[in-house]
Amino acid sequence: MTDRILTVRMEAHPTDSHTMARYEATGGYAALRKALAMKPEDIVAEVKASNLRGRGGAGFPTGVKWGFLAPTRPRYLVINADESEPGTFKDRQLLERDPHQLLEGIIISSFAIDAHHAFVFVRGEYPRSARRLQQAVEEARAAGYLGRGILGTGFDLDVTVHLGAGAYICGEETAALNSLEGRRGEPRIKPPFPAVAGLYAKPTIVNNVETIANIPWIVMNGGAAYNAIGPEGSRGTRLLSLSGHVANPGNYEIVMGMSWRDLIFGIGGGIPNGKALKCWIPGGASAPWFTPDLLDTPVTLDDIAKNGSMAGSGAVVVMDETTNVVAAAWSIVRFFSHESCGQCTPCREGTTWLQRILERILAGQGRPSDVDLLLDVCDNISPGLRWPPAQTTICPLGPSAVSPITSIMKHFRDEVVAMIPGAVTAGV
Amino acid sequence: MTWPDTTLARARDIIARYPEPRSAVMPLLYVAMRHDGRLTDEGMRQVAALTGMTAVQVESVASFYSMYKRHVGSHVVSVCTSISCHLLGGRDVLAAVSDATGVPAGETSADGSVTIESVECIGACGGAPAVQVDYELIEGVTPDKGAELCRWLMTAHPEVVHGDDLQTRFGGRRSFPAGPPDPVGAMGPYPAFGPLGTTGGEA
Repeated sequence: MTDRILTVRMEAHPTDSHTMARYEATGGYAALRKALAMKPEDIVAEVKASNLRGRGGAGFPTGVKWGFLAPTRPRYLVINADESEPGTFKDRQLLERDPHQLLEGIIISSFAIDAHHAFVFVRGEYPRSARRLQQAVEEARAAGYLGRGILGTGFDLDVTVHLGAGAYICGEETAALNSLEGRRGEPRIKPPFPAVAGLYAKPTIVNNVETIANIPWIVMNGGAAYNAIGPEGSRGTRLLSLSGHVANPGNYEIVMGMSWRDLIFGIGGGIPNGKALKCWIPGGASAPWFTPDLLDTPVTLDDIAKNGSMAGSGAVVVMDETTNVVAAAWSIVRFFSHESCGQCTPCREGTTWLQRILERILAGQGRPSDVDLLLDVCDNISPGLRWPPAQTTICPLGPSAVSPITSIMKHFRDEVVAMIPGAVTAGV
Repeated sequence: MTWPDTTLARARDIIARYPEPRSAVMPLLYVAMRHDGRLTDEGMRQVAALTGMTAVQVESVASFYSMYKRHVGSHVVSVCTSISCHLLGGRDVLAAVSDATGVPAGETSADGSVTIESVECIGACGGAPAVQVDYELIEGVTPDKGAELCRWLMTAHPEVVHGDDLQTRFGGRRSFPAGPPDPVGAMGPYPAFGPLGTTGGEA
């Protein structure tokens, strides 16, 4: 049974896994040759059959998304490499260590959806990733895998590597499209969805790096083989970024279905310095936090959702017993406040208020009413404080700032109250 | 003053990579920073002329993104304080860097050599705490090493900074094995990327 797809080459060939020579020597671009002999709709059918779900955060089925494309031309493929969700660093490894794997996925995917220009939106803080990918693009062009009449077929494709400039919000797909059009990276109201009116108002597919890096394997081995890996709803492998108070931080390609205990204490090596686990974030800064009572639940997209959070971007951030959870929540809220694009009042003003209230609590100047005030501000950003969140905003950034607040109020309310002079610890 | 012919040729090559000229505004803003060392009104006017935008439209785009900087030193030192770095001492690194340089976060040293900033997640959480110099990454940075890094920047005035070199001298644990060293480095407070003409020479 296959248990790793994306990280095999970089582990076996640590010095040159990023080069065309090594990629071809290890079977690279064979999937492209196979794909170019297929009908595009048959490739889409294989991706649908694989049950591959997007790795950027939303977990939407990739083949289904491709099926939503409006029939008009031209069409575009945009690869979201604006990896910025705090705790996430998996796409950087895929870009730096195996860029041809992504590029082959891009070429196959473009052929499948009849796109002739693909863009890779790489965050500006990842110049090495952009350099490695650009080198791969140039190698592929020289080898006839890109450009006009690819491998003697009638298929033409250009790939443009686009560097962002420091804006988390450009990881939201319509903000990325605005940014690529040379505008401020402000999310658009949906609908229309990008598959209908995306880049330059043309039908556009936006997919994450890890999602598309899986495409060559799916084409080589078939959608059914991919769908045989991992539990239902979480097919294939998944690259998780493990960080925080854990002995062995890093990216780990796993088959989902193991327990959180096996992930954090097995693969992660447990909590350093003999400390106990306090809580962890299961899927990036936007996700509600988990506590040790969930250690024996499975790590799958559906189980994480059932338990009130999300697998998100695959970022697992571990906090030990010494963690000041108010300070940790403040760090996350400050992030969202800084990254709010400012279009929607509840997000722009609300995240700023949340940050300032937490700052005065941390400074020992909290007011007894601040607990209710925090929740009230959250309720105005995300009415009902439920999960998955409702939103009063164009995009989910605002509601993401609510997750750390509701998490500390649910699990550590007494710790919050204890930091506020004059507040009464909640007795029942 | 307009850009020299070589820079204009590079700008036209960048514009040709996109279906519409306006899409080149972001890469061209980096080219403008490379030309002037920072973002200037004249640079934005040049970008506007090349993309068919007005100068105000260009400024509207530039002001949205944190990496286009009007006021910046020869090098920008970015200390991450987002959640994973926060948990592992990123704020201590920031304090040490500010102490060593005498420069509070968000400001530039009097000699113009370094700008110090606190930044949000730079995707180096497995090697937290992390720092970037001109967007070249250093992971596993201690407060002492961060201070030493800044003192070196302010005295050596390197023309090119190489991430792998900085990692060896001032870093520790990395998020993942990095593979072979990258031959090029950064030349100033903007990302080093070949098509932009912003990469510095071989290590």
